[in-house]
Amino acid sequence: MSDAMHDLTLTLNGQAHAIRVEARRTLADALREDCGLTGTHLGCEHGVCGACTVLMDGQPVRACLLFAVQAEGRAIRTVEGLAKGGALNPLQRAFAENHALQCGYCTPGFLMLGTAILETDPGISDEALVEALSSNLCRCTGYANIARAIRAAADAMSTEGAA
Amino acid sequence: MKPAPFAYHDPRSIEEVLDLLASLDNARLLAGGQSLMPMLNMRVAFPDHLIDLNRVEGLTGIMEEGGSIRIGAMTRQRDIEESEVIRARLPLLAEALSHVGHRQTRNRGTIGGSLCNLDPSAELVAVATALDAVLEVQGSAGIRELSIHDFPVGFMTPALAPEEMLTAIRLPVPPAGHGTAFTEFARRHGDYAIVSAAVLLVLEGSRIARASLTLGGVGAGPLRLRTAEAMLVGGAPSEATFGAAAAECAGIEAMSDPQAPAWYRRRLSAVLTRRALETAAARAAV
Repeated sequence: MSDAMHDLTLTLNGQAHAIRVEARRTLADALREDCGLTGTHLGCEHGVCGACTVLMDGQPVRACLLFAVQAEGRAIRTVEGLAKGGALNPLQRAFAENHALQCGYCTPGFLMLGTAILETDPGISDEALVEALSSNLCRCTGYANIARAIRAAADAMSTEGAA
Repeated sequence: MKPAPFAYHDPRSIEEVLDLLASLDNARLLAGGQSLMPMLNMRVAFPDHLIDLNRVEGLTGIMEEGGSIRIGAMTRQRDIEESEVIRARLPLLAEALSHVGHRQTRNRGTIGGSLCNLDPSAELVAVATALDAVLEVQGSAGIRELSIHDFPVGFMTPALAPEEMLTAIRLPVPPAGHGTAFTEFARRHGDYAIVSAAVLLVLEGSRIARASLTLGGVGAGPLRLRTAEAMLVGGAPSEATFGAAAAECAGIEAMSDPQAPAWYRRRLSAVLTRRALETAAARAAV
C-alpha cells in the first residue's frame, strides 16, 4: 500500500503533464525528475533556502514542501514559463543587466519570487521588498543587485504599460 | 533527501478524517506542511500513513461570533495576516504573523498546524496563550473545547488523543481600551525566535485593569508570566511599573540550546517584555 503509485496530471506553465509517482515524491522532484523541468533548483530540501520557489495559483510556495499529489488541479508556474519564444522577459533581462546573479543557483527561485512580487505588488516599498526577498538565500550577490533588478523590472514594465 | 514511504490519504470531510484516524496506526495529519514536510524530508518523522487535510471541507474561515473570532484550523497564515477582521480586532495576531517564516511559507502554513506542531518558539502558540484561546477538538465522540493553557503537555506534544484533531480556534476579542504588542528576537527575520513576547494591556483611566504577558522560546512550551501580570494590575502604565514587571524575568526557568544559553534568554525576556509593555501601553492610550 505504502509504495503505491499515483497517476496524476500536473498543469505546468499552462501545459498538462501526466506522471506516475509515489506519494512521497515532492513537487520539486517531480518537476525535475518526472517532467524534465530542471530549471527549478533544489537547495536545502527543507524549506529554508527558497531555491525551489514556484508559483501555485499565482502565489509563491516552496516546491520542496509540497507533494506532487497535492499540486494536482492547481496552476503551477516555473522559471521555464518566463521567457517567451526564447526571448527573456523584463525581469530576466533586469537580472542580467543588474548583475543580480553570479553562480545562478538561486536565480530560478528569485525569479519566481520576483514574478509574484511584480504581479501582486509592483509598487512595493523598499523595506517590504527586502523583507520579501529575505525568504530566499543567495550566497553570491549580497541581495542588493537582486532588489535593484526587481525594481528595474517594475519600472520597465510600468513604462511599457504606460506606452 | 526523500521522505520514507507512506500511504497517502486525501479525505474530503472531517468525518472521513476521523474515520481514518480511528482505524489507522502511526498516522499523521498533514496541514500546511511547512514543519512536517522538513521533518519528513529529513526522516525525523516517518509515519506509515499521511492524512492530507488540504482538501477537507469546513476547516477554513475567519468569523466573528459572540465576542470571539473563530478561525478554522486549516486557515492559511497569510489569509489571517491579511484579514481585515483580524487587523481590526486582533492586531496582535497579525503582528505576530509577520514574524512567522516568510511569505512563501505563510502561503501554505496554517494556524492549526502551527498550534499542533507546538514548537517552543512558535509565535502563534505564544499569541494564542496570551489571548486565552479556546480550541475546538473533534473526535469520534464529538467536539470538546480545550483551553490553550491545557494544550501543551510536553515538548512539542499537544493534549490530543491519536484519534482526535484540532478543527478550530476561538480567540476572545479584548475589551475597548486595550493595546497589544508582539516583540521577538531572532538571528534573522523569519527565523525561529530565540525569545518572543506577546503582551495585552487593558487600561481603565490611568490604571492597568488587565495584563497578559506570554513568552515564547524560553522553555518547552509558552510561558505565562502570572506573577508579573499581578504586579501590573492596578498600577499606572509607567516606565517604573513596566521595568519592575520585566525584572521578574530574571527568575524564570529558561532552556539552553546551541542558539543561546539560559542566562541570555532571561536577559532577552526582560528586554522584550519591557518593550512590548511600552508599545502595548502606547497603543492602548491612542
